[in-house]
Amino acid sequence: MALRYDKQDKDFLAHYAQVTGTAVIQHLEQLAAPLKGAKVVHVNSTREGGGVAEILQKLIPFKQALGIDASWEVINGSPAFYECTKGFHNALQGLDVHIPESLLQAYEETNARCAEQLRPVLEQADFVFIHDPQPAALLSHFPKRRGKWIWRCHIDASHPFRPVWKYLRSHLGAYDASIFSLPEFAQPLPHPQYIIAPSIDPLSDKNRDLPPAEIDAIYSRFGLDPERPMVLQVSRYDRFKDPVGVIQAYRLAAKLTPLQLVLAGGEASDDPEGMAVLQEVQQAAANDPDIHVLLLPPDAHRTINALQRASDIVIQKSIREGFGLTVAEGMWKGKPVIGGDTGGIRLQVFNHYTGFLVRTPEGAALRIRYLLHRARLRRQIGERARQFVMDNFLNTRHLREYLTLLVGLQDGCRERVVVG
Amino acid sequence: MKTAAPAISPFEVRDCALITLSTGIKVQNLKEFRDALEKIPLASIGHHFWGRLLRPQFDEPEYNNDFASWAYRGLHDKTLAERLSMTLPTDFDSLEQLRLELVDTVEQRLDESEMIPWARADQQFYFLHSQIVVFDTGLRFDDPVDLVSYLPTLSTGCIYYHFIDARSRTEQRCDDFSAWLAGFGGRYRGLIERLCGFDPYFSSLEEIRAHVASLFQTFFEEQS
Repeated sequence: MALRYDKQDKDFLAHYAQVTGTAVIQHLEQLAAPLKGAKVVHVNSTREGGGVAEILQKLIPFKQALGIDASWEVINGSPAFYECTKGFHNALQGLDVHIPESLLQAYEETNARCAEQLRPVLEQADFVFIHDPQPAALLSHFPKRRGKWIWRCHIDASHPFRPVWKYLRSHLGAYDASIFSLPEFAQPLPHPQYIIAPSIDPLSDKNRDLPPAEIDAIYSRFGLDPERPMVLQVSRYDRFKDPVGVIQAYRLAAKLTPLQLVLAGGEASDDPEGMAVLQEVQQAAANDPDIHVLLLPPDAHRTINALQRASDIVIQKSIREGFGLTVAEGMWKGKPVIGGDTGGIRLQVFNHYTGFLVRTPEGAALRIRYLLHRARLRRQIGERARQFVMDNFLNTRHLREYLTLLVGLQDGCRERVVVG
Repeated sequence: MKTAAPAISPFEVRDCALITLSTGIKVQNLKEFRDALEKIPLASIGHHFWGRLLRPQFDEPEYNNDFASWAYRGLHDKTLAERLSMTLPTDFDSLEQLRLELVDTVEQRLDESEMIPWARADQQFYFLHSQIVVFDTGLRFDDPVDLVSYLPTLSTGCIYYHFIDARSRTEQRCDDFSAWLAGFGGRYRGLIERLCGFDPYFSSLEEIRAHVASLFQTFFEEQS
């Protein structure tokens, strides 16, 4: 890929400077200077759907704008491959999952085939980021790699199902470093383990400001009542997101306060269980006219943005969560968030400051009622939540940490690196 | 920029970025905590005194280092939390001496305890450390008065490097501004005393920046 650092890049950076201030962008430019021209490749298993794809969609052009030769590759596999990697995902999050040998074989064959396809790119790269377990076995096919390889785990791996973890660990040990979202998620591995929280992009269609008319149009489009409070959960249809628990919470709260619930989700192309969970959710909703179960296409970013802005409370009642980008998205729109007391949600939701952490549908119902009866408090919490995201969870912070890691790895992982 | 004192080297503005790493060591009770304190890398001790400045947090820091916070929130041991929070890194010549002091404090508490205080499984203490990348901004200041207008625009990375990191990096165990001002003889003694008198333990980097900028501005307004 030809290097570019031109007016287009300066404009790109200038747009971010308008949100974060110029000092933040200057800081990134100085940090990226020693990496100018470095070939950095990110590899995952889906270009659309899910938080990883969303992060990469902007992180790659951001790195390019800073003069880094960044690119993004996607591996594709058979249904057996995705069944296997979904099993990995569930097992890393603690489910007792036994993966048959035939699926492991499909996993290894897919990685072997993709390694050949990607060999020219990955063998010459200075840095390779492998995201999550799907492409983790690629490394073993690159004995002549010249760069540093980093495994990025986006999953809450705090209590993995050990047999599956042992299998994955055999593929991970040779990496030069790994990255986890929280200290609790890090597992013993024979290389440095960095802690980097994910982020949202303030200028993406999902998060940028919208004209009021576009937000208002959401009500008629989905048959919502603009006069009644709206609680929203945006998530893939995944049992770890506990959409059925959200419906239970809605039912408990709706006994005492007028309310409508929107569950908005899409499918990730690497998640074979999504349709089954969606059916469970539709059954649980039982044709209640105030429960709106939406299946949105992967590019419905502005629709999700408008739904988040139209809602009164954002909920993310996950029972396991790597980070929970939808929490940061809701907070960025000035909404209080009721989140499951787990994983990366704990990094974002602080009781009474940015929302509430809950463990049960009853807890979620209690906080829905509490917040709906206090409009002023909702606004105050929402304002604090937006500032908290501004200070901690925008992609400028994420990029700063990635650049710091790369400069550090380039320099041999010493505790103190002085450049320039 | 004016050149007020050519014999003194200019103040070189450096910036830095930090990244957190896991040490792989976690503990759930006070005895494990004592054992871990004895073996963790020294960098981890420094990180747990200052790393909070770089971490998302919302609640007011009731205790000013991670060890004290965990003693209170994880172990529910207020006595230990109070003692650990009054352990100041700048009172010690090296992180190794600070480590010994921390171990002594925990040992004393273990001696006083009938049972070993423990935390819930989801309240374990994770020992972390950090890697710092330092880079030169190219900015130089010859005259301290020129810093007045520039300080409010400094990045938080600059503040961390010159005001926090300097305390463990320099022989004088003080911030870089004070060390530089001392080179001008007694001329800026009043400003140095105010800088040294500022307790940064309970402030965010943004608050430290605002306070340092205000100390400079007030001092030079009084001088004019």
